[in-house]
Formats: sequence, C-alpha cells, structure tokens
Amino acid sequence: MTDTNDTRPHIPLGLAKRGYTGVIQHLSAREAGSALSDIELESRLIELGFVEGARVEVLHEGLVGRDPIAVRVDSITIAVRRREAMAIIVA
Amino acid sequence: MELPLLHLALVGTPNSGKTSLFNALTGSRQKVANYPGVTVERKEGFFVTPQGRQVSVVDLPGTYSLRGRSPDEEITRDFVLGKASGESVPDLVLCVADATNLRLTIRLLLELKRTGRPMVLVLNMFDIAARRGITVDVERLAKELGLPVVTSIAVRKGGTADLLRLTDEISAKIAAEAEANSWRALSVAELRATQREADRIIADCVSLPARPDTWTARIDAVVLHPVCGLMVLTLILFVMFQAVFAWAQPAMDLLKSSFDALGELVRATLPDGLLQSFLQNGVISGVGSVIVFLPQIILIFLFILLLEDFGYMARAAFLMDRIMGGAGLHGRAFIPLLSSFACAIPGIMATRVIDNKRDRLTTILIAPLMTCSARIPVYTLIISAFIPAKDVWGFINLQGLVMFGLYAAGIASALIVSFLIKFFMLRDYAPAPFMLELPDYKMPRLKSIAIGIYTRAKMFLVRAGTTIFSMMVLIWFLASFPQPPAGATEPAIDFSLAAIIGKALEPLLAPVGFNWQIAVALIPGMAAREVAVAALGTVYAIEGGKEAAEQIGQVLATKWSLATALSMLAWYIFAPQCASTLAVIRRETGSWTWMAVTFTYMLVLAYAASLLTYNVAVALGAG
Repeated sequence: MTDTNDTRPHIPLGLAKRGYTGVIQHLSAREAGSALSDIELESRLIELGFVEGARVEVLHEGLVGRDPIAVRVDSITIAVRRREAMAIIVA
Repeated sequence: MELPLLHLALVGTPNSGKTSLFNALTGSRQKVANYPGVTVERKEGFFVTPQGRQVSVVDLPGTYSLRGRSPDEEITRDFVLGKASGESVPDLVLCVADATNLRLTIRLLLELKRTGRPMVLVLNMFDIAARRGITVDVERLAKELGLPVVTSIAVRKGGTADLLRLTDEISAKIAAEAEANSWRALSVAELRATQREADRIIADCVSLPARPDTWTARIDAVVLHPVCGLMVLTLILFVMFQAVFAWAQPAMDLLKSSFDALGELVRATLPDGLLQSFLQNGVISGVGSVIVFLPQIILIFLFILLLEDFGYMARAAFLMDRIMGGAGLHGRAFIPLLSSFACAIPGIMATRVIDNKRDRLTTILIAPLMTCSARIPVYTLIISAFIPAKDVWGFINLQGLVMFGLYAAGIASALIVSFLIKFFMLRDYAPAPFMLELPDYKMPRLKSIAIGIYTRAKMFLVRAGTTIFSMMVLIWFLASFPQPPAGATEPAIDFSLAAIIGKALEPLLAPVGFNWQIAVALIPGMAAREVAVAALGTVYAIEGGKEAAEQIGQVLATKWSLATALSMLAWYIFAPQCASTLAVIRRETGSWTWMAVTFTYMLVLAYAASLLTYNVAVALGAG
C-alpha cells in the first residue's frame, strides 16, 4: 500500500467524485442521515466489505444528482447512495 | 440396507451461483413450494450420489449474514439452526462461494461455523477464477477454515464430481461431527473482527491478478454511463417486447392450428350434442386458446432469466434508483416490478428484498399495474383483430408498437400511483438505503436457464390444466344451460345463465362500450386474466356456431367497434382481474385493507380509463 494516508484530507465517500481512489479510515454512521439506525447501517456496510483499510474507487455515478454511486471496494463493486456513503470516511 | 435421506442445505451470498449449483446437482428433479406460515419460496431438489445415497438439497435464500433482517434471511438462519418449523436440521451445509469473489462469503462462512453444523465450502465458478488469473490454495484454505473445501464448475458436465464424492465421504461419518451451536447475533465489533479475519485468510490463500476483470469494467463503462446506460436499458426493454410479439408468432400459429385440428377431429367423430359441444367448445377451444400463449411466456422468461444470469438486473436497479426515487420507489423495487411483467405474483413475493415496510407496500400496490404475461393473450387477440399489421417508419411493426404503448401506459400509471401514494399517504417518508452488490458479468449458462424456463412453463401449463380448465367448464355450463325451449329461433346462448348474468351487468358496463358477452367473459377473468379470451371464444362459439370458435379474432372484428376494442385494452391495463394476485397481496401485507385498497383503486382506474378511451374513440368516429 503506497498511500500515505496522513497527508490526504479525510472526507466522507459520499462527497467523492467519479474517479476518486482512497482507503477507508473509519466508519461513522452518525454522520449519515440514513433512515437506518447507526448500528444497523454500520453492520450492513461491514457486511458489504466496507471495513477500515479497504481500498475504494468511485467507478460510476447515477444520472440524477450524481447518485447513487458504484464503488469498487477491494475486489468487488457495490452500489450505494451518497447519503449512506457519508458514513464511510476515506482518505 | 436403505440409508435415510441425506439433507443438504445450500447457503451463500446473493450472486454466489447457488442456484446454478442447485440446478446442476438436481437437474429437473425440483419441487417449489412455500415455507409454512411465510411466503418465502422453498426450493428443494433431489439427487443420488455415486455410491447410491439418496440426497435432498434445499436452496436457501441468499444472505450476507445470519442476522435475519428480512423474512428471507430469517428463513436461512432458522433453517441452518434447525429452528425452521416443520424442517429437519440439515445434515450438511454447503456454503457456496463465487471463487472470483470470496471476501463476503468467507465472512459469512466464519459466522456460519459457529452454528456447529457440519459444513463444506464449495468454490463455485472455479473455471472463471482460473481464467482470470486468480489462484486459490485450496488445501491451505481448508486448513485455515478448519473444514473441507471443494471446487466446482456447476455449469460443466462432471463439474460437481468432487462435491459428490465428498458428500459420500462425509455422509459416512456424519453423526460424529455435529457440534454444539454457539452462534448468536454478532455485535458491530464482532462483525468487523470476522471481516478482518476473512480478509487475512484470503490474503494468505488467494492471489488476485493485478488487474480486475476488464470485461466487466468495459461493459460497465457503457451500461452504467448516466446517459448511454439509460438508452441501453430502454433498448433492451424495447427489443424484449418486439421479440415477444414477433418471434413467438410462428410457434403460436402452429399450436393454434393443432388445437383447431383437434377440435375438428372431435366434431367429426362425435355425434352432435352436449358431449361434442363440451369437448370442442368448452375443453379444446377454451384450454387451447390459453396454451397458445406458451411461446410468449417462454420468451419473456427467457429474457428475464438471461438478464439476471448475465448480471444486468443489479445494473438496471442502479440506473433506475434515483429515477424511481422521484416517484417514491426504491431502486430495489425495479427487480420485483420487472418480474411482474411475467406475473405479479412472483413480483409481489420478490418485494421481500425491500426491507423498508413503506417502500415494500408501495411496490406491492403498483406491481399489478405492470403488464403481466396473462394480459398478453388479451392484448394479442384484440391487437391482431383491430390493428393493421403494417410497418411504420419503414421498420417498426405497428402491432408491436401498440403493444409497447400498452406496456408503457402500465409503467407510467404505476409511477404516477406511486408518486400519489408517497405524496398523500406516506408523507413523513424517509428514503430507505439502497445498497447492492454489482456482480461481475457472467456468460449466462444455457442449462440453468433451460431449467428455469422449464419450471415456469410447467407452472403455466399446470395452471392451464387446473384453474383455467375448471373455469372453462363453468363458462361452458353457464353458456349452455338452460337449453333453449323447442322451436326457439334466437341463438341458444340467449336463454342461458351466462346471458342472464351478462345482461344484468350490461347497464353498468355500457358507458365504457362493453356488451354483455364481454361482461360474461370478465367474470371468469377474475380467476385468471387470460381466461377472458377463452371465455369470449366459448360465448361466441356457442352463439355463432363452429366457425366462430376457430376464428375468434375475426368474429370480434365484426362484432365489436374499434372503440369497444380500444376500451377493452384500456380496461385491461388497470383492471384488478386476478384473484390470485389479490390473495398474494392479502398474504404479503397481512391485511385485508390493503387488498381492498388495491382492488378498489385499480377498478376505479380501469373504469375511468375505459370510459375516457371509449368516448374519445366514439367522438373521433371509431364507434
């Protein structure tokens, strides 16, 4: 892993543009205004592979409001709305 | 000595190729039913191992964890734990993984291990993994996980040989292996820890190529492009409906002429009378007129299954999420709604993938507006009788275009209804999350698709042979009795019960341009929409003699005005003409109220649409 994560700003994945690549720093379900409870959202994100240290890349965006986004998470691709992606802090 | 049946359960994440493995193991020896008390589909199949052991295998709903967030996932959890009512504890759990994508499955597997059931990890699609340069150290993986690991290529002949051999080995010593269940719901910290553990094991045992699958990336560059992607989606749907209309025709003509010949044979062999009338008008022309639509139903399922196997369905949900969100629908509603084009019943049952109750309810309410395959017979009959088969703009078949228009009208009205529900009924609506794995594209496997179509076609034929058949007998009875008095000059049907019922309803339906024959046909249409076609056939056959039965389309063209035909089409877009759908809505929502709401709103829409269509058409001179 070549990224020196200390030097890059930490941002929520929900704000990342298409083509963004980074590494997950931590999950912060409280930041996302999701309809799910914090614990439920965090559990689901983990079950889909969003864990600390995973490499992410924003591959595609939807037409309306650039939402949802298709994110490469290590070796798989996950579609997620920006609202929930706000819980994923990357750098 | 006969050994008892060995019970296997297939568990895995969505897209792990579970179903194709299930199909490979069992072929067509499958039984589809429901779990008691819930509406989760239970798929069980049977096979025999090389050593002759009889095995039953259950394909459990796909899940990422045992937390049981939805009825589907609860079934999977309870089944593995042996808590599902009326089910025996599985002797062996087969955890199925897509060998190209182990991350999520290994985490699930670590959780499954805690249940203490004897378990095997099946690395499915091993050929694809090898082709992509993914190497798995199977022995090391087995040692790390502490359970047997076997590779399989579900879609290739002999691709499951290792699995079968292992099943024999394990079944020999199975009793000794079961351990106590130590599973309980995992906390967030434990979930994270199991995912870390899974990632460590994968890092040790699997080497990934430097580049991910380039084909998927290349296809997605077009298919998920915000603008091109939607164009591709529209094109796919358009081709699908043109194909259903144009390609199925030769096969349908063949079926139709076979039934006509059969009817003719009956007429020639049997003496005139009730028995001849019953067989020819009631049974052969009735059931035949429904079975004729088998090619179209096969085609529509072919498209749906192909797109599903290819991996396109999840992309369609991605593209449609925000667009449907504007109408108050969840992206996941796309798949249930698309299935509703085949039949609203599996569509409504598929809404179980939507875990938010309100999103699910909205989807259930509008699913019956999607044009199901049972409407195809009605549409086809009326379109071919009234719409000329000419090309417009040189290449588009006008009949296909009208068909497409009817589908589009169904979709548009569904979106409007959904928007109104969101606006008036569920105002404090918070959008539920949309999270979905976009699997790598896979070449659809013909054998698996063939089995899927076979299962569906069988269900359709069984329905034609039972529900539809009994309705046809009823209609024939109503249309034939009481018999006309001696010396009557009017057609026999004028004296029948059917005419009495139809004429009683006629004043209600006259404003939308329906005559009493249509009123009679609509009643059995409640049992199954397509029966209306057969019922019309029977009514006009008994009224007009033998020629009418053979040329129902031509009879309609002479008896109905264009305005009536268009009104009938409009009616069929909306009408709640299907008792089984209403029953499923009642079961899935657990409430008579929502069933009544669905029935009422659809009936009101149907009447209004027909009224409008009829009057506009009459005003334009089509009366």
